[in-house]
Amino acid sequence: MNKLCNATALALIACAGIAHGETELRLWYHGAGSANAEEKLVNQLVVDFNASQSDYKVVLETFPQLAYNDAVGAAALAGELPDILDVDGPIMPNWAWAGYMQPLGIDEAALEGFLPGAIGRWNGKVYSVGLWDAAVAMTARRSVLEANDIRIPTLAEPWTRVEFDAALATLKATGDYDYPLDLGMAWKGEWYPYAFSPFLQSFGGDIVDRAAYQTAEETLNGDAAIAFGEWWQDLFAKGLVPGTSQDAADRETGFLEGKYALSWNGNWAAMPVVERFGDDALFLPAPDFGNGSVIGGASWQFGISASSAHPDGAREFIEFAIQPKYLAAFSDGTGLIPPTVEAAAETANYKAGGALEVFYGLSEAQAKLRPVTPGYIVQAKVFEKALADIANGADVADTLDAAVDEINEDIQSNQGYGHN
Amino acid sequence: MPAVKTDNRGLRLVSRYAALSLVAVVFIFPLLFMVMSSLKPSAQLLLDTKSLRAFLPVGDLSLANYSDAFARAPIGVFVFNSVLVTGVTVLLCLFVCSLAAFAFVFIEWSGKAVVFSILLATLIIPYETIFIPLLLMASQLPWIGGDGFELGWLNTYRVQIVPFIADALSIFLFVQFFKDLPKELIEASRVEGASWWTIYRRVVMPLSGPVIATAAILKFLFMYNQYLWPLMVVQDESIRPVMVGLGYFTDQLNVPWGEVMAYLTIITVPVLGFYLSLQRVFISSVASTGVKG
Repeated sequence: MNKLCNATALALIACAGIAHGETELRLWYHGAGSANAEEKLVNQLVVDFNASQSDYKVVLETFPQLAYNDAVGAAALAGELPDILDVDGPIMPNWAWAGYMQPLGIDEAALEGFLPGAIGRWNGKVYSVGLWDAAVAMTARRSVLEANDIRIPTLAEPWTRVEFDAALATLKATGDYDYPLDLGMAWKGEWYPYAFSPFLQSFGGDIVDRAAYQTAEETLNGDAAIAFGEWWQDLFAKGLVPGTSQDAADRETGFLEGKYALSWNGNWAAMPVVERFGDDALFLPAPDFGNGSVIGGASWQFGISASSAHPDGAREFIEFAIQPKYLAAFSDGTGLIPPTVEAAAETANYKAGGALEVFYGLSEAQAKLRPVTPGYIVQAKVFEKALADIANGADVADTLDAAVDEINEDIQSNQGYGHN
Repeated sequence: MPAVKTDNRGLRLVSRYAALSLVAVVFIFPLLFMVMSSLKPSAQLLLDTKSLRAFLPVGDLSLANYSDAFARAPIGVFVFNSVLVTGVTVLLCLFVCSLAAFAFVFIEWSGKAVVFSILLATLIIPYETIFIPLLLMASQLPWIGGDGFELGWLNTYRVQIVPFIADALSIFLFVQFFKDLPKELIEASRVEGASWWTIYRRVVMPLSGPVIATAAILKFLFMYNQYLWPLMVVQDESIRPVMVGLGYFTDQLNVPWGEVMAYLTIITVPVLGFYLSLQRVFISSVASTGVKG
């Protein structure tokens, strides 16, 4: 009888345990080994969320960025996707289209006031949201520009193409620099479409026609794109920028060491410039080549996998993560841009008068998402190759025509990528 | 005249050593570059690549890259996992493949030639082409373990080991070697009533040191260098191998080259150790069978 009572008691305890047990949610994060504050902050976020409620327990699994996208593809194939996914903004439409992700389903009022680059939309639905954004600026020194009678541009009045070209020529003529401008050609991959497609867009072209995302004809090889290509090639032909074989060390420290007068670089590289040059440091908007001053937007974001059995829990975690205090903590820890004004006010660098406040303005006013299409992952690689080829002297029109053909063939072979 | 003869011999010796030294230098320089670079800051490392300084212990030398590398990634865990997965796979491979080869060479059974031909044909299929179906299969395979019955092998050591135990190349190496063993030994053992297992264990394997070393080294290198398969099937950091761990040292834009070189130096140690421990047997095997590693 005693044994029966004990067994019954154990069964009841077990049932109670199940009823009140936490549901486990797996979260995949791309930054293993990033050796900065980001991974620690994600860890802290998970710890805080787990302590804040008793229904769900988020388990963090980290991956090296190099392998992350492949690991997600393999897991999707094997039906092993986690509940919460970390996804790079421009990649998100591909994952949504491929069925890896489901719409976020959170109240859009919660995203009001977010920088556009921090929200991932596909086919009219929000699939992901970022805890930060990034922005690129023309890094310069006030003393250098003033000494050479070069106007200091503003958000309202950026350099025109004529002004920018003249500034480069003036700076080259001084003979004080290895090159007047550093574009960061030592960086490869996503840097090309992220940093350089805004120049093309400012000329009036684009990587693909965004009206329906079904062709790159005219946008990538029309008159505007060819004008951009010729300008781009001239930068290298005239020795205004380092070529594709730029030394990575020069990219890191060339501007600080005075090898370059200007540097096209991201906000993540801004603090060393501020520390080195203080008030002399300037972060200027992109030149306006005729169709507005444009920079790239969107960084890593959180979304919910299509196979998650607990989307409510995943949603609860993401809503927890986008509280201003976490957005501010990520910004303070990583130097990246907080996605809301409210969070920016809580940060050291992006609050009013902060050393990097200008980047928030740049992101808010000029950020343009990379093409929001599943085909972007192919288009980005085609664009990168075309720009590298042109920089190395390839015929502009032929190269862009070939790029258009490759992009169009990819779109056709994927039946238009499901654009509604 | 004898003096002239001696001079020629000396000249030939010098020439031979000069040529061999040149070849040795070609092979040693990448390793030297890796080790020297692991001691330099990234900026200096990149600057030094433009000159012979890249191969010399000059400039600002320290072990900082090693401490940074250990801070960035659980290197000890990765090395342990790789050594474990590789070691177990190599041992099981040697056992299974030598048994298979034994059956192909010494035991008569119908269809042997056809099966061996099919086996050899699999050599031309790159592993990468079967990874997707293999992944789907591995995600559905049953297993009975500590948690009872479960489906799916992903995120385990066994999924990194089992698919690679048997391979056609190792069987082929064993078959070629077994064919050259004196048949009389086997026949005499059979006449004396020895079982196939006894012959395999007591006669054949003790004579097969060179081919065991060759197969072990080739399998070791293949397994230790695995990247794509563990990337696809392992999500848990605690069972990740060294090659996937290399990804910890790159991000979207920057590569800390000094740390990369430190990491590569660390993970090269087990490979060099394994190779050096089997070097003599491996060389004698290459010399006797003409197999190239």
